[in-house]
Amino acid sequence: MTERLLRRFYFFLVGLFLAAPLIVVAGVSVNEKQDLAFPPKGFSLDWYAEIFVNPEWRKALVASILLALSAAAIAVAIALPLAWFLWRRIAPWANIFQLLGVAPFILPPVITALGFLTFWANAGFYGQPWTAAISHAIFFVTLPLVTLSLGFASIDRSLVEAASTMGADDRTVLKTVVLPLILPYLVSGYAFAFVLSLNEYIVAYMTVGFTMETLPIKIFNALRYGYTPTMASVSVFFVAIAALVFGLIARFGDIRRLLGAMSSDSN
Amino acid sequence: MRREPPRSLADYTPLVFPALMLTVFFVIPFSTMIMVSFFRRDPAGFFKPDFVVDNYARFLSLFFGNVLGFSLMLAIIVALCCVAIAFPFTYLLTKQSRKVQTVWLVCLLSVLSLSEVIIGFAWSTLFSRTAGITNLFVWLGLMTEPQALLPGFGAVLTGMVYQALPYTILVLYPALVRLDPTLLEAARTLGASPIRAFLNVVVPALRNTIVATLIMVFVFALGSYLLPQILGRPQHWTLSVLITDQAIYQSNIPFAAAMAVFLVLMSLALVGLTLLVGRRENAG
Amino acid sequence: MSGLSLNDITKQFGDFTAVDDVRLDVPHGTFVCLLGPSGCGKTTLLRMIAGLEEPTAGAVVLDGKDITAVPTHKRDLGMVFQSLALFPHLSVGDNISYPLRIRGASRNEQNKRTEELLTLIHLSGYADRPVAKLSGGQRQRVAIARALAISPKLFLLDEPLSALDAKLREAMQVELRQLQQKLGITTIVVTHDQREAMTMADLVVVMGNGKIRQAAPPIEIYRRPADAFVADFIGSTNLLEVTADSAGRAIVLGQAIAGLKLPGGVGKASLSIRPEDVHLDKPGKDAIDGTVIFVRDLGGTIETFVEAGGANIVSVATPRERPNVKQGQKVGVVLPPESCVVLAL
Repeated sequence: MTERLLRRFYFFLVGLFLAAPLIVVAGVSVNEKQDLAFPPKGFSLDWYAEIFVNPEWRKALVASILLALSAAAIAVAIALPLAWFLWRRIAPWANIFQLLGVAPFILPPVITALGFLTFWANAGFYGQPWTAAISHAIFFVTLPLVTLSLGFASIDRSLVEAASTMGADDRTVLKTVVLPLILPYLVSGYAFAFVLSLNEYIVAYMTVGFTMETLPIKIFNALRYGYTPTMASVSVFFVAIAALVFGLIARFGDIRRLLGAMSSDSN
Repeated sequence: MRREPPRSLADYTPLVFPALMLTVFFVIPFSTMIMVSFFRRDPAGFFKPDFVVDNYARFLSLFFGNVLGFSLMLAIIVALCCVAIAFPFTYLLTKQSRKVQTVWLVCLLSVLSLSEVIIGFAWSTLFSRTAGITNLFVWLGLMTEPQALLPGFGAVLTGMVYQALPYTILVLYPALVRLDPTLLEAARTLGASPIRAFLNVVVPALRNTIVATLIMVFVFALGSYLLPQILGRPQHWTLSVLITDQAIYQSNIPFAAAMAVFLVLMSLALVGLTLLVGRRENAG
Repeated sequence: MSGLSLNDITKQFGDFTAVDDVRLDVPHGTFVCLLGPSGCGKTTLLRMIAGLEEPTAGAVVLDGKDITAVPTHKRDLGMVFQSLALFPHLSVGDNISYPLRIRGASRNEQNKRTEELLTLIHLSGYADRPVAKLSGGQRQRVAIARALAISPKLFLLDEPLSALDAKLREAMQVELRQLQQKLGITTIVVTHDQREAMTMADLVVVMGNGKIRQAAPPIEIYRRPADAFVADFIGSTNLLEVTADSAGRAIVLGQAIAGLKLPGGVGKASLSIRPEDVHLDKPGKDAIDGTVIFVRDLGGTIETFVEAGGANIVSVATPRERPNVKQGQKVGVVLPPESCVVLAL
């Protein structure tokens, strides 16, 4: 009995630690006036409306969402053929590309960011919005690459053989068997990359920081030059988006499997 | 479709786009950065092509030594705290029902994906005088007057543990969830209490996992670039912050690049060490 | 020739020879069972017929055409996999109509054929169900129906019934054989279960170490095994040493077997006799002396284990034939010459 209580208490403490700053931010975000006060003085959802009404915040929101949508799409476009090739072919040297796909995520982000800064500056495209999309795509390509590799590993190869005995050529097999089976992993990979791109600061800042404001850049700039409760409401908004996206993945897919709960080499 | 070696050039087509993208936009930028680390700073623009080792020579200063020492120490403390909190937590989590696990994983992923900017802002609010936790303590009668808990080392450490904890749990999760439950049951039938069994069976069985996780979290913490800036004083700045600062605010990209190269080498050495530990785990 | 011919097929994986110079002719409409212990090369042979593996040497000829280089998807096959390989993302109906759909059959045609096949496998009305909701036997039938959707030239099955429990497996064996007789398709089944092979096959091909040891109708395999490996693998048998005396008569355990001779010039060979052919009598001068060491009464049959001259001999009889033999009893073992098969060493 005490054992169970202790366990509950431990879960509660960790949960509290993880939730506390977010609770405070959520509280601050509903202040009526432009106060940094908790518990909030008065109640108002104006600061949430501000995200969409204030032209500057709205611009940053649109920029962030466009960036995340396109970066995640490019990341998936890179990861899908690569993961497929690695699953389909025996070509040990091609694993170098897998390593290249994982490296940007493992290295300290500042390094990748600085690499992009020097590259785009040398190439003469520094500050162009699309450079941020490509940079984010490379930075987050790890996520769809990992989810898709897991997805491919989970496909029973006899399904593919069965399709070919029934008259399907490689292309048809890909379209009618492999892609439908891989789709949940593709969507998860896209969603992971999307959420992380939405929140990413340093790469965006070093590539387009002086010409374009994404929401994290906007929050940071606001933090340096003063305080506005919109920062708090945007933060809560972002937590909500992340929770929603991951919640959906958990609802329609197996998030435990995606996070490695089951061995990927089941066949 | 069985795996087979590529037979014709056409079989390589799927590889073309990924290979091109990763080479052009990762290998080349990375090489560019290494190249730039030997360039000279140009106050008028970004940098001037040259070959100087001045940028690396600057590492030898006392200031740089302090920053490096502080960065390493901070990352080690963060890694130790995270693993100490996360290991028992993850272990207990894997004993919960699938539904409970899923809910926790969704929450952890949501926190993990949070922008460092938002984490920094959230903790600076929690530690602030006007909206901070001290108000709660005053209300409880533990303190007479609310006060700001930042900037300071405690704030930096708390923020970084907060940032790295979900990461630590998710790194530990696969190893713990796949741990053979009969191992523990065997220990229990032999008369060990749950806590004893955990300490005597689970921890030793996963010793290498723990070491590998420590290194991964250490590298993760080394990459923290905003929290020391938002929650700390200048003496709490880490190498990552310094790189950002040199690159953006001091416009000394060559020096930033040299530090980045140094940081890469250090991270790579540590990741290599992780792989080595992992291999020994598989072998043994 | 109409039918399937395997011309000197060899398959090597590195240094390992999985299939070794296999030659086999299968007339159109024959039901063939490839039988052998695991690792004997039977599945590899089947996969080469399907085009899923490429032979290292030799040719696969179907209806007079060399199809060795024809890719799997152009061979017009029907194949049932050991794992069944039903598409989890498709319904029962969509699984069955898959081969028709990718061949561009009209929606009408697909539905009509799917209905036909579902009726054939006694699952009409199941078209819209997800495959995950089916029982083992139903999944089995769906896999078979899917393989038959295009009326294939060859029907290949790789251990198709291994996942089913014993009762269901026996029922499915009969069902599968009846289905094949109705459709008249050349069918090749890989199995390690000799009972399954005996039930279904026109032609049993026993393989060992990548080679064909014997290819013959089931009863001939049973009655006239080509060698000790086949005799031992198919059913159970008594393998005894047999020598020839100066007159060429066969001597087993010191006793001459009347009416059995070894081929000229052979001094020593192996003799195989099925347990149900071994008679037990009172000890006498025409019988081998032995002692009953164990009796196993299985209800339907009684197995008697006899020790004779250092060898163990098993005899099987019905309770009616042999009501009361007891452990420790002295008996005379009689080996009828017409049931003895002499196998070269």
